[in-house]
Parts: sequence; C-alpha cells; structure tokens
Amino acid sequence: MLEHYLKERRQQKDILLMTHIVLGYPSWEDSLAIVDAMVAAGVDLMELQIPFSEPIADGPVILRANQEALQRGATVERCLAFGREVARRHPIPFVYMTYYNILYRYGVARFVDNMADSGLQGAIVPDLPPEEGSGYIEAMTQKDMHPVFIYSPTTDDARMHYLAGFARGFVYCVARKGVTGMDTSFSDDLEQYLDRCRAATDLPLALGFGVKEKADVEFLKGKVDIAVIGTQTIRLVESEGVAAVAGFIRGLR
Amino acid sequence: MNNRGYYSQFGGAYLPEILVATFDELAAAFAAVKNDPQFWQEYQALMATYSCRPTPLTLAENLTRHFGGARIYIKREDLNHTGAHKANNVMGQGLLVKRMGKTRVIAETGAGQHGVATATMAARFGYDCTIYMGEVDVERQRPNVFWMEQLGAQVVPVKDGTRILKDAINEAFRDWVSNMDNTHYVLGTACGPHPFPEMVTHFQSIIGQEAREQIMAREGRLPARVYACVGGGSNAMGIFAGFMDDDAVELVGVEAGGRGLASGAHASRLCSSDAAIGVAQGYKTYFLQDAEGQMQETHSIAAGLDYVGVSPILSHLKETGRVRFEAATDREVVDSMRLAIRKEGLIPALESAHAFVQAFKEAPALAPDEALIINQSGRGDKDIFTVADAFEDPGWREFIIRKAAQYQA
Repeated sequence: MLEHYLKERRQQKDILLMTHIVLGYPSWEDSLAIVDAMVAAGVDLMELQIPFSEPIADGPVILRANQEALQRGATVERCLAFGREVARRHPIPFVYMTYYNILYRYGVARFVDNMADSGLQGAIVPDLPPEEGSGYIEAMTQKDMHPVFIYSPTTDDARMHYLAGFARGFVYCVARKGVTGMDTSFSDDLEQYLDRCRAATDLPLALGFGVKEKADVEFLKGKVDIAVIGTQTIRLVESEGVAAVAGFIRGLR
Repeated sequence: MNNRGYYSQFGGAYLPEILVATFDELAAAFAAVKNDPQFWQEYQALMATYSCRPTPLTLAENLTRHFGGARIYIKREDLNHTGAHKANNVMGQGLLVKRMGKTRVIAETGAGQHGVATATMAARFGYDCTIYMGEVDVERQRPNVFWMEQLGAQVVPVKDGTRILKDAINEAFRDWVSNMDNTHYVLGTACGPHPFPEMVTHFQSIIGQEAREQIMAREGRLPARVYACVGGGSNAMGIFAGFMDDDAVELVGVEAGGRGLASGAHASRLCSSDAAIGVAQGYKTYFLQDAEGQMQETHSIAAGLDYVGVSPILSHLKETGRVRFEAATDREVVDSMRLAIRKEGLIPALESAHAFVQAFKEAPALAPDEALIINQSGRGDKDIFTVADAFEDPGWREFIIRKAAQYQA
C-alpha cells in the first residue's frame, strides 16, 4: 500500500521528495541515469511522465520535453518497458503521470493491468476528473493501483471532500494557478490553502508546481508530506547535464 | 460538474482540476442567458446594428443555370462584420463576458478570422485582448495579424507543437489556467469541454434560423440539401441547427481533403479512416491521431479547417446518420472558388469553398424545382496571398516583388 509506505517513511523524515522525469527525454540512456541518480540521492518516490502531444497542464519546459521525446521516438510501449525496468531495479514506488488519451487509446484496463504487472504503484492523470473517470477508477481499484487525484487553490471544500472519496495513495496539491514550471510564492495564502487540503483528507499530501530549491522544501515541512520537484530537474539536466542531478537532490533537504 | 454535455458518447469535460470551478461558473452563466429571452433580443439587436444581420440568402442564378439542377442559394455569412460567421459567436460571448463581470478575453485563431472577430468585440466592449495564433498561420494570414494588432489585441505566435490551430488552443488554455479570475476564453468553435460546443452552437444557430425563414419565404418549401464546411464545426452547426428537425432536409458537412484522403495530408476527421475516437483539449471526439494517441499533423489549404478534432456534436450526428460528411481537396476548392467568383461575383473564403465543391458536384443530379443552400461562412479577401499563389497570378507576383523592394530600399 502506497499510503502505508508514505506514512511510515514520514516517521523517519520531516518531508519526503517526489521527483519527476519525462520518459525518453533527453534520451533513454539519460532517463535511466537520472532515475538511478535520483534514487541514489534518496528520493522517496518518482513520477514517470509518458509523453503526449497535447500536454495541456504543462508549462513550456515540460511541453518541449514531451515534444522532443516524441520526436525521438518515445512510444508508449517503450515507456511502459522503462517503467517496468526501473520498478524492478529500485525499491521506491513509481507512479505514471500522463494524459487520458494515452490510457484511452491503449485501453484503460489493459494499461492498468500493465502497471500492476510491472510493479508500478499508481497514476496521475491531470485531465481526468472522477466525473469522467469511472472506468479508470474501477480498473485501478480492482488491481490495487492508486489513482492520485489533484487539489487546486480553486477547488472548494466540498469538492475536496468529493475528490478524497476517489483518491488513493496520496493527494497531489497544485500550489497555484497556472501551469508547471512557473514561480510559486511560498506564503500565508499557500499555508491557508494547505490547511484546507489537510482538513479534507487523511491521505498524505504532496505539493507541486514551482518547488525548486531548499528554501521551498523547508517552507513545506510540517505542512505537507511530500514536496514535488518537476520542471527544475529538467532545467538542470538541460543546463548542467545528468551528473548535476544527485547533488541537487541531496541539497534539497 | 453536474451536466457535462454528452452527445451519445462524445463531448464531456476532461478538465484539469484548476479549471473545474471556472467551467462551473461558465456553465451556470450560459444556462442563465440561454433561458433568458431578453438576452437573445439583446443579442439580435447587437448583431443587427453592429454586424449585418440578418445576412441575405442569395439565389445564385448563374451557377444554377451552369449546373442545370437544383436552385442554388447561398447564405451570406461573409457579409458579417469582419467577414465571417465568427462574429456571431464572438458577440454572443462578449455579452456573456459582460454579465460575468470579466475584463479580459483571450482566443485562439487559425485563419485569423476568429482572432479578428474577438479583437473587434474586445475593442467594442472595452476588454483587454490576447490572441494565440500558430506560427505557421501567422505566416499564412499575415493581414489578419495586422488588423488584430490595430484593434488593440496582443497577438502571440505559438511556436510549440505543429504551430497551427490546436497548438494555439493549448496555449490559450495555459493562459486561462493562470488568469481565469478576470479572463474569459472565447473559444471560436463548437469544440472543447462543455459548455463550449453547446454555447457556440447556440450563438451560431442564428444562421440556421434566418436561413430557414428566408428559404421558406422564397421557395415556399424546404431545401433538399444544406452544405457547410467543417473545421471545428461552428458554421456547420449554426446552419444545420435551423433544419435539424426537418428530416427531409439532407445536411452535408464538407471537410478538408487536403492533398487527398489517401495522401494522409488532410484534415478529415469524419470521413477518413485516419481518425479515431480520443480525448484531447478537454473533450471526446474523433481526432486525427496515431495508434498510440499522439495527435497527427493536419493539412489544408484553408487555415480555418486545419484542425485535428471536430465538434463532438458533429461526431454524434455522423454516428446517428443525420449529417453526411464528404471531403474536398485543395485543388477542387481553388477551382470552385474561381467558378463562384467568375459566375456570381462572390468571393468565398477557402474554408467556405469546400462546401461549394460538394454542392457543385451534387447540384446537377437534383431536380430543377428543388433548392439547396450553401453556407458561405466567410469571405475570401483575406486569402489573397494563398489564392494568388494557387491561381499563379503573374501580376500579383510582380506587385509583391516590387513592394518588397520598396521596403528594402
């Protein structure tokens, strides 16, 4: 159980780290090297993004990573094989992040079977609210996979409770309006929003969008269970190469 | 998210959580105006005084004689302010924005018609305005960029993805998720998450309402067939709406056949086997996509038809058989446009000329006492660069070379 693992791990650490990569970007060799480096540097779980041509919730950095991965031939099959390999290779939980059309075209049940069989733990599908996702939720539940749902600052309390009824593993709290990779103001407003999130669910809370340095992670200690680092490691790999990843992750907490 | 707008299996609202509240607000605002007769009166009065409504229904006598079959009528949406049916939707949403109390509008545009219409509306209502336009389309439709900027809009060329309409839609959504508090996204076609397909159809249905009254007044009977081009599907939904319940009227949607359906270089979602059902840009419909669900490049001589998806309502109407879908190639489109220009002095947009192609193919086989209607969704003046290239007009070419030389001097 992902929830159990996260809660147990939290007994030992002030805050957990979830990192993210776009599969096949900048290359398959680099993807594997980045995962290895992140795990060695102590990340607690990882998000593997299967590229999609229309990543509507992502900002320019992840958008371009999606496009370039696709241009270099990042097929869904190859992504799933990669997911299987890293889940076998490393003891931490992995979840897929992708858009609904990828699951829909693959076949939702078949996709979930593949995840379960490969040792993945769950999935984040940002364009699939529970209202549209009954088949997905059912398939995930049957296979003991964790459908991760999202809270945003525009989600009212009633809807937070509604979403909590479908979420498993943890809840992904989006820090602010906008897309991935923009700056977030780590402020009182954010704290009040996180109080609302906390009141709506007993699941561990992850916070993502705009988390990029130690001070941000520090701010989140005691407020959420998991800090999510997304765009920042892609920027780092682009500017300094894969070798810089481990040091960056170690410096975050 | 109570009513998610399904048309059999098509439509829905596949929204990122950050936009759910915004769509709930929009759906509620639209539901309120839809049932408010005063709002429709206000809308009609605005369109009568600011645009050119009701637009005429023109009997094309020379074309009718030329083909020797059904009497050919043309619904003149090209006579709207800004030269296309896009004004209908934009002014309707403009009134809605006023009711919602927002101060900024954003829009995507392909051919630039929707962008120009939105920029006009923003100028008239006093809204800030940003238009997203694929870099490829900026090149194809530079005159429209000029006008949008003159109207006070900021035009943002979209350099990601395939750099055409779908990419402009993605960028508009990315703007909206940051700025929804004061911003309304004026989606230009009957696509996207609920309530857009229904709302855009509602405002465009003014075309069909008028056309039905006009043909009954002229002919005393319903037309045998109604033709409209189909990009996202808003002009088609608009004119079809007037005849939806008239089972005897055959409705024909014409998609962009590009270089031919077999070539793969087209934008035909409803009559080519290259498309499949999928979910993108917040709704479920037929998309031109590969086996793994990645959206494909599309091609059309007409920027306004160059789109991977199609109205979920039209996907539904294809499956029920209520609407028949055909495709017209770039070549056929240029030929039909030339014929309409020469025979009738009408200058249809390249988009609209797709509908002319199919009507011209079928008119001779219909009886002379029957009528058909073609929706001329827009005027072709904007296409002067593309059309002059397609016509290989030597005088125009020399003019451009001279003009460029003047700027270089």
